[in-house]
Amino acid sequence: MSELYTQSRLEKVLKAGHLGVTSECGPPRGSDAEEVKKKGLLIKDYVDAVNVTDNQTAMTRMSSLAACIHLKLLGIEPVLQMVTRDRNRVALQSDILGAASFDIPNMLCLSGDHQSFGDCKSGQNVHDLDSMQLVQTVRYMRDEGKFLGGDAIKRPPRIFVGAAANPFADPFEIRVPRLAKKIACGAEFIQTQCIYNIDKFKEWMRQAVERGLHEKAFIMAGMTPMKSVGMAKYMKNRVPGMDVPDEIIARLAGVPKDKQAEEGINICVEHILELKEVKGVAGFHIMAIEWEEKVPEIIKRAGLYPRPQV
Amino acid sequence: MKIPANFRIVRLPCTGKVDIIHILRAFEKGVDGAFVVGCMEGDCHYNEGNFRARKRVEQAKVILDKVGVGGERVKMFNLSSGEGPLFAQYAIEMDNKIKELGPSPIRLAKQKKAKTAA
Amino acid sequence: MIIAKKKPIEEIIGEVENYDRLLILGCNECVTVCEAGGKKEVEILASALRMNFMAKGKEKVIDEKTLERQCDHEYLEEIRANIDKYDAIVSLACGVGVQFAAEKYQTMPLIPGVNTVCLGANEDRGLWTERCQACGSCILARTGGICPVSRCAKRVMNGPCGGSTKGKCEISKDVDCAWQLIVDRLKALNKMDDYEIVAPIKDWSTDRAGGPRKVTREDVKI
Repeated sequence: MSELYTQSRLEKVLKAGHLGVTSECGPPRGSDAEEVKKKGLLIKDYVDAVNVTDNQTAMTRMSSLAACIHLKLLGIEPVLQMVTRDRNRVALQSDILGAASFDIPNMLCLSGDHQSFGDCKSGQNVHDLDSMQLVQTVRYMRDEGKFLGGDAIKRPPRIFVGAAANPFADPFEIRVPRLAKKIACGAEFIQTQCIYNIDKFKEWMRQAVERGLHEKAFIMAGMTPMKSVGMAKYMKNRVPGMDVPDEIIARLAGVPKDKQAEEGINICVEHILELKEVKGVAGFHIMAIEWEEKVPEIIKRAGLYPRPQV
Repeated sequence: MKIPANFRIVRLPCTGKVDIIHILRAFEKGVDGAFVVGCMEGDCHYNEGNFRARKRVEQAKVILDKVGVGGERVKMFNLSSGEGPLFAQYAIEMDNKIKELGPSPIRLAKQKKAKTAA
Repeated sequence: MIIAKKKPIEEIIGEVENYDRLLILGCNECVTVCEAGGKKEVEILASALRMNFMAKGKEKVIDEKTLERQCDHEYLEEIRANIDKYDAIVSLACGVGVQFAAEKYQTMPLIPGVNTVCLGANEDRGLWTERCQACGSCILARTGGICPVSRCAKRVMNGPCGGSTKGKCEISKDVDCAWQLIVDRLKALNKMDDYEIVAPIKDWSTDRAGGPRKVTREDVKI
């Protein structure tokens, strides 16, 4: 596990035995890169790498690859998120090479939310490959140095490849087998869906550790601070695969409106501190959507700053 | 109470026997209105015949609306076989409604056609 | 079987406006079973169209006929003798029948009367649901008899995705999560170990992506 296959800082930090920290920013709904650059610079020193989402919730945005390039040129290490919803295997391999040409060293492979959630409901979806097959593809391109079609790649990509996991989707009984599958396909790090149900997450982790999966891939716990009780309710009721216990809602509802954001951050920090002690948790993936300015505070209060020198 | 004289009664063993096409053909031939009279819901001798009839009457209404004849010209009523006076009352209600709506556009078109042919 | 749904009558009225002599042509197979284009539906459509144009003072000749199938030469030939009586045919067959009729009668305008929806089963009275997408490479032996291509909105080969909630797909509470169904079935078959077998990347060349498909049986050709 300690041999490095890429130039990824994230890979280095995790393999050196430190808790890794990543965060996320979404590209703008336009062609102005300044927004994404600003967000990146805000969190640069507090994380090991920054995920850039790929047309999240199927809302058309600037491409993840372009935004990753902007960040890379600023000296910020990106994690290229790639969904299989919008591209066939030709385009997927092509974009992987595009990323590698800029030495973007990390990738997260996902299926992607269905296009009916976004702004192009009457569009086609592709799903030529699924997320697991995409992980296999990246590893194949990197480790065999070949295209899916079999020809050799000139300057194969050197990408640290990850996948997403959702301990809270149904059916629960196959969530760890599914994690095992993703790792068997070659996923080297895992970022989970944001966690509010700590008990359920701990159970999922326990099962994963029992199977030794934490030794085969780095499992990073996803955290998203709640801004308000309204946000908590929305996520509980309207977002598929999201588990928000009533206690969280009650806790946020129990403070006056202008204090709810602060309480949301408190909950997030408490959870991180608690999960730091859980066996198998290799790091944290902090998704503060449209609230990136709070990321430094969360990371500092969780005792994850400064980031280690590797 | 008497049933209006301009009614033609078609007897069936059950309103479940009424198909959409029977209603449409009646209007195609130029009737101004049609009503389907079935047993009280829950009392159908054949269990669901009158439920099927209701659904078919609803569909016929939609079609008649879309082709410009008017869905109000067809209606379903439910009553039990002993309720003679109620039957007469519904007949009068239907008769009044159709008089209000006037002759069916199909009947008018057929009359016009007959005149020009003559 | 092929599942179709009646086109809205306004749409058909719009398409036939300029034709004076119409044949409404039904099909006695799939579209009869899903109550979209059989003899009964032909009668209803013909009657409705007649009334529509009569009421507007634009009477048309509207005849009715229902063939056994419209995807076989021998049945489509049955209308050849009288075809010159018409300016257009409204075919209530599925997309296959409409096209086959159009190929056969090159100078006759063909208007579809139904929207062909999917390959499916008659789940219940009045309910027909999709089961197959004709991908050309059936994997049902490995998925407990449930198809992820036709029943998963993202056709994931190694599912379920992270949006599966209480056995339903993220796109709608009315859509079952295909992978939940597959897991349940693998459990019932005592084959849960199969779940962790990674399904290989699919060859979509036998699917629509590879171009229009055909099947030949050399051994039955004379």
